[in-house]
Amino acid sequence: MKIIRYLRVALESITAHKLRAILTMLGIIIGVAAVLVTMGIGRGAAANITERIESQGTNLLTINPGASSSGGIQGDSGSAGTLTLKDAHDLMNKDLHPAVSLVAPEYAANAQLVYGDTNVRESVTGVTSDYAAVRNLTVASGEFLTDEQVANQSQVVVLGSVLAADLFEDENPVGLSLRINGQPFQVVGVLDEAGGFGRSTPDEKAFVPIGIAQGRLFNAPRYRGEYTVSTLNVSAAGAEQVAEAEKQVEMTLRLNHNLTADQDNDFSVFNQASLLETASDIAATLTIFLGAIGAVSLVVGGIGIMNIMLVSVTERTREIGLRKAIGAHDNDILMQFLIEALVLCFLGGLIGVGLAYGLAAIFAQIPAFTFTVLIQPDALMLALGFSLISGLVFGIYPALRATRLDPIEALRSE
Amino acid sequence: MVNESVIEIQDMTKVYQMGDIKVHALRGVSLEIQKGEYVAIMGASGSGKSTLMNMIGLLDRPTSGTYKIRGVESSKLSKSQLADLRNQEIGFVFQRFNLLPRISAQRQVELPLFYAGVASRKSREMARAALERVGLGDRTHHRPDELSGGQQQRVAIARALVNQPSLLLADEPTGALDSQTSVEVMTLFEELHAQGLTVVMVTHDPLVAGRAKRVVTLSDGKIVSDKANGHNINISAWEAAYENH
Repeated sequence: MKIIRYLRVALESITAHKLRAILTMLGIIIGVAAVLVTMGIGRGAAANITERIESQGTNLLTINPGASSSGGIQGDSGSAGTLTLKDAHDLMNKDLHPAVSLVAPEYAANAQLVYGDTNVRESVTGVTSDYAAVRNLTVASGEFLTDEQVANQSQVVVLGSVLAADLFEDENPVGLSLRINGQPFQVVGVLDEAGGFGRSTPDEKAFVPIGIAQGRLFNAPRYRGEYTVSTLNVSAAGAEQVAEAEKQVEMTLRLNHNLTADQDNDFSVFNQASLLETASDIAATLTIFLGAIGAVSLVVGGIGIMNIMLVSVTERTREIGLRKAIGAHDNDILMQFLIEALVLCFLGGLIGVGLAYGLAAIFAQIPAFTFTVLIQPDALMLALGFSLISGLVFGIYPALRATRLDPIEALRSE
Repeated sequence: MVNESVIEIQDMTKVYQMGDIKVHALRGVSLEIQKGEYVAIMGASGSGKSTLMNMIGLLDRPTSGTYKIRGVESSKLSKSQLADLRNQEIGFVFQRFNLLPRISAQRQVELPLFYAGVASRKSREMARAALERVGLGDRTHHRPDELSGGQQQRVAIARALVNQPSLLLADEPTGALDSQTSVEVMTLFEELHAQGLTVVMVTHDPLVAGRAKRVVTLSDGKIVSDKANGHNINISAWEAAYENH
């Protein structure tokens, strides 16, 4: 195979000019590493966000009181206070809401929690027993609130993992008592760490039966004689029924709230699945954006190759003249320089891949980086393919220049 | 002895266009060189000897006239056919050796075989044999910077010989060498000539030319003398040509 012998000539020439070869490859090395690392960061961040959202349950609809975003003047979210326990009860009707699997109302407010000398102010959330299932919560020790405890309005509490650690440090809180706004509550369970974002994380919350929160603890406002709730959590019967569940919920709530056709919703439905979709879209855009920045550096690297190859053609004019004098065809010269450019780009690409993995390993050691740099096969193919193409594109002009040299002039040059 | 022409040149002219000026580098040169001859082409710079050498080496095309190498008429050949002819029929030796940097002597000598498409094992053997022929059998793995000037020129000669060309074409082969190594290289040429190789050498050095068997002198694009060399060197013709200039 003649191509193998061309490869050998190219390698010979590369090893004969190591410094020049490394300088030539540098642009491609940095370009490929930049593409892989930036795309890896984009994808790692996307995977991280998706995972966090999924941890809260993708079938989840959260319904908050307040005007929705469609038209008119928007009021403060929650200011309307129109969602009640009756709404929650009505949504539990399976015949009217076949796409809804569970409904969990909650009433949340901030309260003082005291154990011994420790005292913190955190969100205390009144919930029902289904809340754990709807919100994908699991208990690390003890158990979650039971139907009985909720019905009896027992003074019991389940703690989020971070809150439990804050209050009880190394002690196992299950069975111990603490005070919430001065009233004694017995700890019956501690949750596993759940993650999630900012204020919505259950890790720093305390959960009590909803009746106690609405009554004795916070004395919730009433709407048409019913205690209001701060949020209704609804889980759809399946991921593909989320949209259907949303429609059914909306219809019942509008009926309950006596809204006419020209009135906007006095509540807003928040769909976890659409959040996930939005987050994925943003992440994909981010990845493309970062990848494009990397690609620009790859193009710059390719132009660098062209520069140095052109210099190298000038520098090697005598060599080219000699090769032609002793019988090299134009094709031989073209192939020699083209394959040299391709080999340089490919080697540079491989080194760039190694560099990218090295950088990913370094990022993994930095604690502030909460996600991993994801280098995936398609990104590898893309980066290596791109480096080969830039070798071809930016190698062809110098190779043609070499081919066109007149052997007599070339041999005469200094 | 049957005469066999290696080179047959008839009424060759070469005109270069340099801007508005036409430069007549060759003004009707006819030259025939037989197999096994040892010829020196002399002349001052500007006499046309370099142009003639490029023509003989198939590196350039004449403006008019014909050139047959081993009976093959070259004016109608394509660029690629000319490259093949150079590869097969002509071994080039240059003033400044023109070795590739940082590559072993062995690989230097294999270069023409690469373009001839010779398989790598055979190519290695042929290169080694050529290096032995010029007395460098023990230097095959040395790179140019590890060899003396004389040794480098011998590597270049081995490269010229490796394809068993019908013509060894040397352009000022001793121009970059001191007198001691020049003598060594000239002796090598004489040995190769004695083995039956046709040698054509372009030089301006009368001492070097004097060792050839035939001296062709050019002046102003024409052959002004073409003499067989006896024991005495015909310096006067060359000097006359030189003073003319």
